[in-house]
Amino acid sequence: MAATGTTAPSPNNPIPAPAKIPVAFIVNGVRKQLTVAPWTTLLDAVRDHLDLTGTKKGCDHGQCGACTVLVDGRRINSCLTLAVMKDGAEVITIEGLAKDGALHPLQQAFIDHDAFQCGYCTPGQICSAAGMIAEGKAKTPDQIRELMSGNICRCAAYPNIVAAIQQAMGEAGAKS
Amino acid sequence: MINFQYARANDVADAVRQIAADPGAKFIAGGTNLIDLMKEDVERPTRLIDISRLPLQTVEETKDGGLRIGAMVPNSDLAWHPKIEQRYPLLSSAILAGASAQLRNMASTGGNLLQRTRCYYFYDTATPCNKREPGSGCSAIGGVNRMHAILGTSEACIATHPSDMCVALAALEAKVHVAGPSGERMIVFSDFHRLPGDTPQRDTNLGSDEIIVAVELPPRGFAANYSYLKIRDRLSYAFALVSVAAALELEGGSIREARLALGGVAHKPWRDNAAEAALRGRAADQAAFEQAADLLLRGAKGFGRNDFKIDLARRAIVRTLGQAARGTPQSQSDKKIR
Repeated sequence: MAATGTTAPSPNNPIPAPAKIPVAFIVNGVRKQLTVAPWTTLLDAVRDHLDLTGTKKGCDHGQCGACTVLVDGRRINSCLTLAVMKDGAEVITIEGLAKDGALHPLQQAFIDHDAFQCGYCTPGQICSAAGMIAEGKAKTPDQIRELMSGNICRCAAYPNIVAAIQQAMGEAGAKS
Repeated sequence: MINFQYARANDVADAVRQIAADPGAKFIAGGTNLIDLMKEDVERPTRLIDISRLPLQTVEETKDGGLRIGAMVPNSDLAWHPKIEQRYPLLSSAILAGASAQLRNMASTGGNLLQRTRCYYFYDTATPCNKREPGSGCSAIGGVNRMHAILGTSEACIATHPSDMCVALAALEAKVHVAGPSGERMIVFSDFHRLPGDTPQRDTNLGSDEIIVAVELPPRGFAANYSYLKIRDRLSYAFALVSVAAALELEGGSIREARLALGGVAHKPWRDNAAEAALRGRAADQAAFEQAADLLLRGAKGFGRNDFKIDLARRAIVRTLGQAARGTPQSQSDKKIR
């Protein structure tokens, strides 16, 4: 893919902007190719380049968890991840959790338990919970609270979030 | 964030070559701290060298019965590695006390050692900070310093090292293996991080052209009698005001070997030989723990808003040593301190 030109240096940007870099991901099961600047975060790539705006930008500093996505099955803060570093990775966002028109059990559980108010943190909460269930370390409500502490809910829907996750974990446990 | 170039390192030698060739370059692995600091304009690298794919991802047995942890092993993988959980549970516990699950999935072993302080003034480019801009002054002295150091401070800097993992590594007397243009060398953990002195801009003794390749754990794991207690302003996902790693070897009721390291109180994980020596050979009781705490804190100095840390540290030391001696380590999910 052709590289774009560079911009002139300025006092605030002492070096010219480097050429954009081609990257490829499997996003929600679909191969996507794009060219990004080195500083484009995975969050910005997903939202602004791929138009998957379900993943939210909250603090943009890894403190709130709203940007949580699954990369190669692991939950991470996409705001602190450079897209160029994840070339070749498999990325799952909130848009990729439902299968064949059926909500993911966590999505259904969040609805069943009214586990949100404004909903802004919800995509991150659900992706984080999916990652946590895959990790298999949370068994008790205390452990769920601790291992979900990277996802802040400004509306404080925490009790219902824990209940929703417990429901989904029960279903996952029943299936295995 | 300023413009920067991006390059990937093919192997350790290539990483060293690239970093040595460009004084404006920095390594990036997990990126959890560096990207944040770049967004704040505190770090302004003109080139990032991506070392996240280097083959430093394994935990291997050493000849003497310890473990060698590759620098790119993620914090979460390390905390939940069966050999770490079984033989070095103090390290598992400390890692799980830090950051969030997402950040632990991203952050590397080597990067954890190289975290910068979370001093508010270091982050705020509108204020003087000797660590960020040498010679500009310290805003924390006389400022808002609730989270700041009480031990080993200087007139130039009262910042703390933010890591939990490093507090356990200090207690376990880990070794840091680094590679540079002239080959590999080993740095004992207590020599890795620096006190601020009059050069607070330097956090560690790692050379600017060196890369951490591994962290080695000696055979002694203190798996029976240990605890990591972290006190912070909220129950999870916050930096320590005071944290204590305690590790004991007991013989009958008396202490054969003792390790004690504190986080949140100094520019580096804080150990005190006199405090540990005072525990050896003593009965593992309250009097011994209190004496060790007093010894460790004998030079402690508050700066106003962090004065409370001296008492807090004293009580946390006594409590953590008690937890270790009883074999009832602090849980990192049940937050009740017993």
